[in-house]
Amino acid sequence: MFYREAGQFKTNYKADSAIFPIFQDRMGLTLIVAVAFIIPLFGSDFLINSFMIPFLIFSLAAIGLNILTGYCGQLSLGTGAFMGVGAYSCYKLATIFPDVNILIHILLSGFFAAGVGCVFGLPSLRIKGLYLAITTLAAQFFLEWAFIRIPWLYNYNDSGAIEVPQRTLFSVPITGASATPMARYYVILALVIGLTWIASNIIRGRIGRSWMMIRDMDIAAELMGIKPLNAKLSAFAMSSYFCGVAGALMVFMWLGAAEVESFDINQSFDILFMVIIGGMGSLIGCFLGAAFIFGLPIFVRAMPDMMGFAMNSATADHVSRMVIGGLIIFFLIVEPHGFARLWQITKEKLRTWPFPYA
Amino acid sequence: MRLKTLILGVAATAMTVASTVNLAQSEELYVPSLSYRTGPFAGGGIPFANGFADYLNMLNERDGGIGGVKVKVEECETGYNAQKGVECYEATKAKGALVYNPLSTGITLQLIPKAPVDQIPVLSMGYGLSAAAIGETFPWTFTYPTSYWSQMSSILKYIDANGGLKGKKIGFIYLESGYGKEPIPLLEQLGPKLGFDFVTFPVAGKDMQNQGSQWLNVRKERPDWMIMWGWGAMNATAVKEAAKIRFPLDRFIGNWWAGAHADLDPVGAAGKGYLAANFSGIGTDFPALQDVKKLIVDAGKSQVDPDKIGDVLYNRGLFNAVIVAEAIATAQKKTGKKVITGADMRVGLENFVLDQARLTALGLPNFTGDVKGSCKDHEGAGAVFIQQWDGKDWKQKSELIAPMTDIVGPLLQAAADKYTSDKPEWKGQTCG
Repeated sequence: MFYREAGQFKTNYKADSAIFPIFQDRMGLTLIVAVAFIIPLFGSDFLINSFMIPFLIFSLAAIGLNILTGYCGQLSLGTGAFMGVGAYSCYKLATIFPDVNILIHILLSGFFAAGVGCVFGLPSLRIKGLYLAITTLAAQFFLEWAFIRIPWLYNYNDSGAIEVPQRTLFSVPITGASATPMARYYVILALVIGLTWIASNIIRGRIGRSWMMIRDMDIAAELMGIKPLNAKLSAFAMSSYFCGVAGALMVFMWLGAAEVESFDINQSFDILFMVIIGGMGSLIGCFLGAAFIFGLPIFVRAMPDMMGFAMNSATADHVSRMVIGGLIIFFLIVEPHGFARLWQITKEKLRTWPFPYA
Repeated sequence: MRLKTLILGVAATAMTVASTVNLAQSEELYVPSLSYRTGPFAGGGIPFANGFADYLNMLNERDGGIGGVKVKVEECETGYNAQKGVECYEATKAKGALVYNPLSTGITLQLIPKAPVDQIPVLSMGYGLSAAAIGETFPWTFTYPTSYWSQMSSILKYIDANGGLKGKKIGFIYLESGYGKEPIPLLEQLGPKLGFDFVTFPVAGKDMQNQGSQWLNVRKERPDWMIMWGWGAMNATAVKEAAKIRFPLDRFIGNWWAGAHADLDPVGAAGKGYLAANFSGIGTDFPALQDVKKLIVDAGKSQVDPDKIGDVLYNRGLFNAVIVAEAIATAQKKTGKKVITGADMRVGLENFVLDQARLTALGLPNFTGDVKGSCKDHEGAGAVFIQQWDGKDWKQKSELIAPMTDIVGPLLQAAADKYTSDKPEWKGQTCG
């Protein structure tokens, strides 16, 4: 009844190829962005710092992996390590050039990750599927090793950890301990919105279409003039860029200090689960997946406390694991294509509601 | 229909979240305990968390709290994971947390910069950043009773007293993490000064239980002594491997996180002779521990297995709670307030005195060496003793060994300066 495009006529090509051709979609998105911008005014520090900030960062990382796995069909298990490349290069840049704005460093550090991603993406020209997953696994282990064994990367700190110096934007501190959650949140929100918009446009354009052709059938794509070298490596570069920026944001704007454990194989798996649960080849799926995989455990752990009955913390942790595991199985049985597909079905149902004809 | 119920359910829970505001009870001393009862390091985390909670709960039962105010201990599960640790910190700090004891060097490193901003001190008891011992640089971080570096120097002193250090080769096997790497700079500096060689054997976290290659290297390098900075499942494996290559176990010294019952019980008689540093008394032969047993454990108010009271790590957690309780009491006296804040707690941590007379009054005679808070020195006097595994239990082997303060002190100062060198905004304090 409310959600239908009847009567919305497109009179030029520009309007017809808009990202959100339907008026209601545009309104919905405006509403979501507006809510995202006013949340910090009402939410507690805990909500911002422990949920919203990491949720946005992991969404960005999931977009990165989704570009590679969901759109280009190349399975990768090295996401955590590529995030690490972004974080460590941002740390090096920030300590070598302390006067340059930290935002520039964060955006630049993605290019280092992209370079490393391209190198480890080279085998994808020869091998596919699970075999490629193994080579990206090699990237994961190699880079973890490098983060531990090359002390130059962490400026020879005794602890082997990278610690974030304080940096400001318009003289408001946005990194370091004295940066308020609100300031950090807005910076991250702006970056994530901007990068998501760039990603969505690239995916809709020529490059994104060539990725999808490679994903759907690489031989046919090659026959039609798509160079696998360009398509696959650009997917690796683009994906690693997003992961690298997410990694830099994670350390600089969320954790404040990090050891190599933050970029281990579990991190890679978590991001992969976000993509699978959220929906392969869908941007909104990345956000839904990140909210589910990252946010739900926090929520489940906090539940007993909120409901007012005491549960000891270890039990809460076990319960949270069981609940999450159960829910993952439940959702994958109900909808193997992830939340993005559920969302799509909801939208289709909404179109004909309340008088479905089929 | 199902979708509708789902949406309604989500909406309902979201409402509960929104309506729940943390109402900190004002008449309460809130002490969060970042514990880990799950994950690969739970073997060490469980007894420590038990000891910590039981002592403070015992004070509630026996004395009605501290200064007449009850202590509330709330655990938050970190799994020894830095990200979850920070999440716990964020979740508990608004409830009026007085002090954080993360029991993880990784989490401590994350909390050190946050402490001055949120005005909540961090007590990393014998772990964390060694340089935090310099109180003028790190006003909000404490490493009572001693830092890793001081402890390493005590261990070296023990070696020196048992056959000399000069010309010897020391093997250092460590967990490859912030924790394990911490004492290496000290070895690098002391090696040439005291005339010993050292070789390092890193053990990656995921290879904790698979140390064959490291011990093969030990056999090749033939060190005279081995020192271990291990934690969790790594310790038992290392002792077993050492016994397997017939390394003399009475020349193998673990640090104080590598010498607990949880580590050596699985090794049993094969680990006879293995040495470890310690700074908290062994066993239950202390009046305070008897009170804990009577009022808390026997009353079923603890999670501990009654046989495990008095274990090394249980007593360590209890000792941590003793320092917290003493600092709270001192802060109450200093400020005249009953319910104190994190900033008052910091004053308490800088001013408490835990000498033998006080320890006896607390029911813990000869439990540990003297610890005295001060503005300048955030690690206290910090003596450790060496204990030995006799195949069934730990026995104290040496007297308390004081650290080489004259050598370690300047190194700590230099490390503290290095920490702040790239942080122009860092605020220290001046001690009068």
